[in-house]
Amino acid sequence: MSAPLLSVRDLRTEFATKAGPIKAVDGVCFDLQAGEILGLVGESGSGKTVTGFSILGLIDPPGRIAGGSVRLEGRELVGLTNAALRDVRGKQIAMVFQDPSATLNPVLSIGAQMKLALDAHGRSSATVARERSVEVLTRVGIPDPAKRLDAYPHQFSGGMRQRVAIAIALLNRPKLIICDEPTTALDVSIQAQILTEMKALARDMGTAMIWISHDLATVSSIASRILVMYAGRIIEEGGVAEVLRAPRHPYTRGLLESLPANATPGQDLMQIPGSTPSLLNLPPGCPFAPRCSYADDLCRTEPPRLTSGSRAVRCHHPLAMEAA
Amino acid sequence: MSAASPVAIFWDEFKESRIAVAALAVVLLIFALALAAPFISPQNPYNLAELSLMDARRPPGFVGSKGYTHWLGTDGQGRDLLSAILYGLRISIQMGVIAGGIAFSLGATLGAFAAFIGGRTEALIMRIIDLQLSFPAILLALVLAAVLGQGKWQLITALVAAQYAYFARTAHGAASSERSKDYVDAALSTPLSTARVVFRHILPNCLPPLIVVATVQVANAIALEATLSFLGLGLPVSEPSLGMLIAHGFQYMLSGRYWISIYPGVALIVLIVAINLVGDQVRDQLNPRLRR
Amino acid sequence: MLGFIIQRLLQSVVVMLVISLLVFLGVYAIGNPIDVLISPDATQQIREQTIRAYGLDQPLWKQYWDFLRRLLSGDFGRSFVYNMPVLQLIFSRLPATLELTLVAVIGATLLGVPLGMYAGYKPDSAISKGIMAFSVLGFSVPTFWIGLVLIFTFAVQLGWLPAGNRGETISVFGVEWSFLTLDGWKHLLLPALNLSLFKFAMMVRLARAGARETMLTDTVRFARASGESEWTILRRHVLRLIAIPLVTVFGLELSSTLAFAVVTETIFSWPGIGKLIIDSIQTLDRPVMVAYLMLVAFLFIVINLIVDLSYAALDPRLRIRRTA
Repeated sequence: MSAPLLSVRDLRTEFATKAGPIKAVDGVCFDLQAGEILGLVGESGSGKTVTGFSILGLIDPPGRIAGGSVRLEGRELVGLTNAALRDVRGKQIAMVFQDPSATLNPVLSIGAQMKLALDAHGRSSATVARERSVEVLTRVGIPDPAKRLDAYPHQFSGGMRQRVAIAIALLNRPKLIICDEPTTALDVSIQAQILTEMKALARDMGTAMIWISHDLATVSSIASRILVMYAGRIIEEGGVAEVLRAPRHPYTRGLLESLPANATPGQDLMQIPGSTPSLLNLPPGCPFAPRCSYADDLCRTEPPRLTSGSRAVRCHHPLAMEAA
Repeated sequence: MSAASPVAIFWDEFKESRIAVAALAVVLLIFALALAAPFISPQNPYNLAELSLMDARRPPGFVGSKGYTHWLGTDGQGRDLLSAILYGLRISIQMGVIAGGIAFSLGATLGAFAAFIGGRTEALIMRIIDLQLSFPAILLALVLAAVLGQGKWQLITALVAAQYAYFARTAHGAASSERSKDYVDAALSTPLSTARVVFRHILPNCLPPLIVVATVQVANAIALEATLSFLGLGLPVSEPSLGMLIAHGFQYMLSGRYWISIYPGVALIVLIVAINLVGDQVRDQLNPRLRR
Repeated sequence: MLGFIIQRLLQSVVVMLVISLLVFLGVYAIGNPIDVLISPDATQQIREQTIRAYGLDQPLWKQYWDFLRRLLSGDFGRSFVYNMPVLQLIFSRLPATLELTLVAVIGATLLGVPLGMYAGYKPDSAISKGIMAFSVLGFSVPTFWIGLVLIFTFAVQLGWLPAGNRGETISVFGVEWSFLTLDGWKHLLLPALNLSLFKFAMMVRLARAGARETMLTDTVRFARASGESEWTILRRHVLRLIAIPLVTVFGLELSSTLAFAVVTETIFSWPGIGKLIIDSIQTLDRPVMVAYLMLVAFLFIVINLIVDLSYAALDPRLRIRRTA
C-alpha cells in the first residue's frame, strides 16, 4: 500500500477542568489513504468530534492536544504554529459542520463568505473568486449559482445551506474533508441526496473524507472503513462490510441491533443498557464493562488493548468472527 | 445532597470571589460608619455654632481652633471635612436606600400585576414603561426636581420616578414566565384573591433578578442624588449630601484647594464601586446562562 | 419597507403628542401657568391681559389644544432672562451641544468597540482585565466628579488645557463650530473626554459580551476551519455579528448623552443647551424648559427611528421580512 494521506498516532486531547483533566481523545490511531472515506462512529461524548477538531488543531482552551502525532503526507501537524496551521486549514483539510444555519454567517452574503474563504489562501480578484465560487456551487448542485451568490443564508433551505457549506469546504481543493455529522440536522430525503453526492464528489475529485456520525446506518452507506469510538478510544476498526456483518465488540453489536432497520416489526427496539460513562471517573478496566453483558472480573480490572491489523478490536472477549 | 439553605449555598459561592467579598466588606464598613456618624465624627457639621470661619479652607492635617486635627482639611465655612463626609454619606445612603426601596416595591408590584392581568392593560402599562426607559433617567429626575422644588421628599419622588421603570420591566419579564407555570394555575384554582397569588407566589419567585436590579439601582440612586445635588437641584443646603459638598468645593478647586471636592468624591466613588462590584457578583451567580 | 416607515412615523407622532401632554401637565398645570408666559415682575394689568390673551380662563383641554397649536406653529414664547424668542435661543445653543455630544459618542465608540472586542477575544489576558477594570470605573464614577478631577489635573495642576468655554470658533452657514480650530479642539477635549467615559465603559462591556459569545459559535469555528486569519474573523465576522446591538446602544446613548451633557456643560461652562436648561431651571425661565423638553423628545424619536431603519441595513433577515 502507498504512504497514507493522513496518519494519526496515539492522539490524546485533554480538557482541563476543576475536577481534573478530561481525556476526550485517548490514544487514537488510524491511517487514511487518498480518496478514502473513513467513518468515525460513536455516541455523543465518545470523542469523535474532538478527534476531528484535533486533526485541524482547532482545540480551544481549556482543551489541548496532550500528545501524539498527526501527519499529513508525512508532515507533522501537532505542534505547528497557528499561522502554519492556517495554511493547512481549508487548503489541505477542510471541515463541514453539523448545523449549516449555525455555521454560515447570517449577515454576510454567500458570495462574501466564499471570497473570505478563498482569500484566506492568497488573494484573488473579484472576478476570479466569483468564477471559482460559481464552479463549486454548481458542483454541489445549487441551481442558478451566479445569481445566488448575492443571497444570504436565510434565503436557502436547510439542505441547500449545507450544500453551500460543502461548496465553501471545496473552494480550495482540499485533499481531505472532515464531515462532522453534516446530515444529522437535515430531512431524511435530503440526507440521502447529500450522501450520494458526497460519495460522488470523493470519487470524482479524489478527495478523502472522515465522516463523523453517531448513526451507523448513515456511515455504512458512505464509508468504506469504520472506526468505532467509545469513551475517547477506538474500540473497533474494520471494513464496512466486515463490521456490519460480524461486529466483534459487544458495543458495536449493540449499536447495530438498536438500528430500526434491524428490528423485528412489532417488537421493541434493542437498546444498550445504561449510558455513556463520565470521562471524569472511568472504571479501572474496560470503560464499557458496566454496560456489557459479557463482562467478567478481568474486564472490570484490566483495560483491554486494541488488537493490531486492519480488523482490530479492543475487547477481552471479542465476539466470534462469524457470530452475529 | 446536604440540607443547606439556599442562602448558605449562595454565600459559599459568593465567598469564592475575593473581590466581591472585599467589596461587600467595604459596603458594610461604609454603612456602619454612616450609621455611627454622630458618635464618631469630631464635629457636628450642621451645627453652625461649632464652625469657625477662622478654620475655613484649611488643608488636610491642619490643627483647628478647637484643638483637634482636621485630617481631611476643612471646607469654605470651616467645616471639618471628615465629619461632613461621614454625615454626607449618611444622607446619600439614606436617600439611595429609601428611593431604591420605594422604586423596588412600586415597580415590582406594577410589573407583576401587569404580567398577571395581561391583555390590553398589560400592553398599555408596558408600553409606557418602555417609553420611559428609552428616556434618560437623569433628565426625568432633573425636570421633576425642578418642577417639585427642593426638599428631601421631592428629591425622593424624582429618584423613584426615574427608577421604578427598571424594576417594573424586570418584574414583568420574570413574572410573565412564572405566570405560565403550572403552580400559578394551581394557586389560582384555590379561592385565593389575585393579590394574594401575586404577593405570595409570583413576586417571591421573581426576587433573584429583582435583587440584581436593586443593587445596581441603589448605587445609581446615590449617584443620581449626588448629581442632582451637585447641580443645585437636590437637598436643601441645611443638609449637605456628598454631591453638595463636592459642588461647594468646586469653586475652590481652581485655586488649588482640591481636598474640599476630592475627598467627598472619593468617598462617594468607593461606595458606588463597591456596591456595583457586589452587584456584579450577585448577577453572575444568579444568571442561569452563566451556570454550568 | 415603506409601510414600516409610515407605521413608525405614525407611532412617533403619537409619542410626541403624549410627551407634549406630559410636559403641558408638568409645567403648565402643576406650576402656575401664568408664570410660564410672563415675567414674574410684570404688573397686575399685564397679568390679567395675558390671562385673557392666552385663554387661561378656558377649560384645561382647550388650553392644551391652544398650547399644541402654538407649538406646531413654532411659537414657544420668549425667554424672560434673555428676552428673545425661545426657539432662536435654543438653536443658537444647539450646535455647541451637538458638537460635544457627537465627538464624545463617536470617540467612545471608536475606542470602546475595539478594546471591548479584544477583552472578549482574550478574556483572560492582563490587558483585558485592565480594560474591564477601567470600564467598571467609568460605569460607576459619577460624571460630574470625573469632570472636576479632569479640570483639577489638566487645567489647574498641569495647565495643559483650558477649564471651560468653547474657545475660538469658525462660522459655517451662520453656525459657530469649535472643532474647526485648534483652540476649539483644546477646549473641546476635556468636556468630550468627560462625557464619553460612561459611553466608553458601556461600549466596552457590550462589545466584550458580544465578542465572547460570538467567538464560541460555529460560524467562527467554520471560518477558522476554512483557514481565515483571526484578524479577518474579528473584523469581518464578529464585528458584523455584534453590530446590531452596538448600533442600538449607539443610538440610545446618543440621546442619553444629550441629557448627560447637562452635567458636563455645567462643569465646563460649555455654552450648549444643557447649560441653558440648568440656568433656566435656576431662574425659572419656563418657556425655555418647555422648549428644551420638546426638543430633546423630538431628537430622541428621530434617533430611535434612524436606529430602527439601520437594523434593516445591518441584518439581511429583517430586510426580507419587512419587504415581504
